[in-house]
Amino acid sequence: MSAEYATSAEKSLPWLKFANPRNFYPLAGKMIPWFTALAIIFTLIGLYISFFVAPTDYKQGESYRIMFIHVPAAWMSMFIYIVMACYAAIGLIWNIKLSDMMAGALAPTGAIFTFLALWTGAFWGRPTWGAYWVWDARLTSELILLFLYLGFISLRAAIDDPRRAARASGLLALVGVINVPIIYYSVKWWNTLHQGASVSVTESPKMASIMLTAMAVMAFAFWMYTIAVVLARVRTDILEREREAVWVVEEVSRTA
Amino acid sequence: MWRGMLQRELTLALRRPQDVLTSLIFFVIVVSLFPLGVSPQLSVLQGIAPGVIWVAALLANMLSLSRLFSDDFRDGTLEQMLIAPQPLSLVVFSKIFAHWLLSGVPLVLISPLLGMQLGLAGDPLKMLMLTLLLGTPVLSLIGAIGAALTLGVRGGGVLLSLLILPLYVPVLIFATGAVDAVGSGFDADAQVSLLAAFLVLALCFAPWAAAAALRIMME
Repeated sequence: MSAEYATSAEKSLPWLKFANPRNFYPLAGKMIPWFTALAIIFTLIGLYISFFVAPTDYKQGESYRIMFIHVPAAWMSMFIYIVMACYAAIGLIWNIKLSDMMAGALAPTGAIFTFLALWTGAFWGRPTWGAYWVWDARLTSELILLFLYLGFISLRAAIDDPRRAARASGLLALVGVINVPIIYYSVKWWNTLHQGASVSVTESPKMASIMLTAMAVMAFAFWMYTIAVVLARVRTDILEREREAVWVVEEVSRTA
Repeated sequence: MWRGMLQRELTLALRRPQDVLTSLIFFVIVVSLFPLGVSPQLSVLQGIAPGVIWVAALLANMLSLSRLFSDDFRDGTLEQMLIAPQPLSLVVFSKIFAHWLLSGVPLVLISPLLGMQLGLAGDPLKMLMLTLLLGTPVLSLIGAIGAALTLGVRGGGVLLSLLILPLYVPVLIFATGAVDAVGSGFDADAQVSLLAAFLVLALCFAPWAAAAALRIMME
């Protein structure tokens, strides 16, 4: 019954066949080098603009340049959580194994970007605010976001059965994503010292367009890096979970 | 059905009163440690009192949460509840309600005593009780999701704290904010309304999410 369903669905939506780990594995393998190359190229361009093209800030001097890592990392940390929750929801609702794997593979990268945003923020805070850490709203909510990522990763790691681990952590990601805006606004009302967002969708940016370009390029580079790393992680996960399947045995013995 | 479930939970808990008492005593001890660690000066203690009492309440609540489902899980009752014709979220809700009656209400009742120990009096003390009354059910409701997700997982107790404590942050912020506002002579209507809003939101979603989590962990 499931095979019949799959074929009819695949006829109407041809790309749906890549939801099958067996078809996705080679596709991901082909995509990884491209995304890696894009990540490297855009990082180099982005860093070049940030260090050599962007002008020195009249108030913060050279120290503001850490922003070109800090802001894209903070963007990524939040985007990845939402993307992860979407994959988790798809995995829970339609029972798609690959979607669960994607959610699990995104979590470590999201946690790394959250940590990076906090770390670079501390280094930026020292020259501008005079302290590595202040209990400001955005710092605090970023810290709580890190805790949410760590909870997701630990729950997934603690449950032995991969299927159950994926579903349980998926539910946690959904509960978390409902809470993220609530936490963000409660912390915001609680205390605010952080400078207002310099880039906003609704109003024109308050900074030189070259700085904006550098940040956009870096954000794009981070996206490419994320996709490459996540695909690599999903490929490993597929091999591990499908280790009983004939194609995996053939694949591993062929490449080994 | 609902009343039957509640009665069962309460009877079971009252047969073993030490479980209820342990988390209450824990609450009292944690609060009493702060004057020893920080300073016995009432002016200092007054400033930190709402935060200390609330953080202790979060920890005490979490301590008792790990037992919310685990006993019924171990003796197989939970499986019976899962296949029972009654909706699982209703069963879960009555368990959460019983948990709050046994772990939240005692905290509310003993909080004025601890508040006075830390130099709170008058309106801030009343506000502390009100926030605990509104906030502790939210803790039990959100915590039930975590308790369900860590059911039968190794290292469940520590894991539970990692999953749940970040989600308690909004309650902590507005509850302590309300007490602080009243203490400095302001109106705390906004904070109290938000706490009530969290309670309504948690009442709608948490039993349902906890039931879904139970189904995942028991399948």
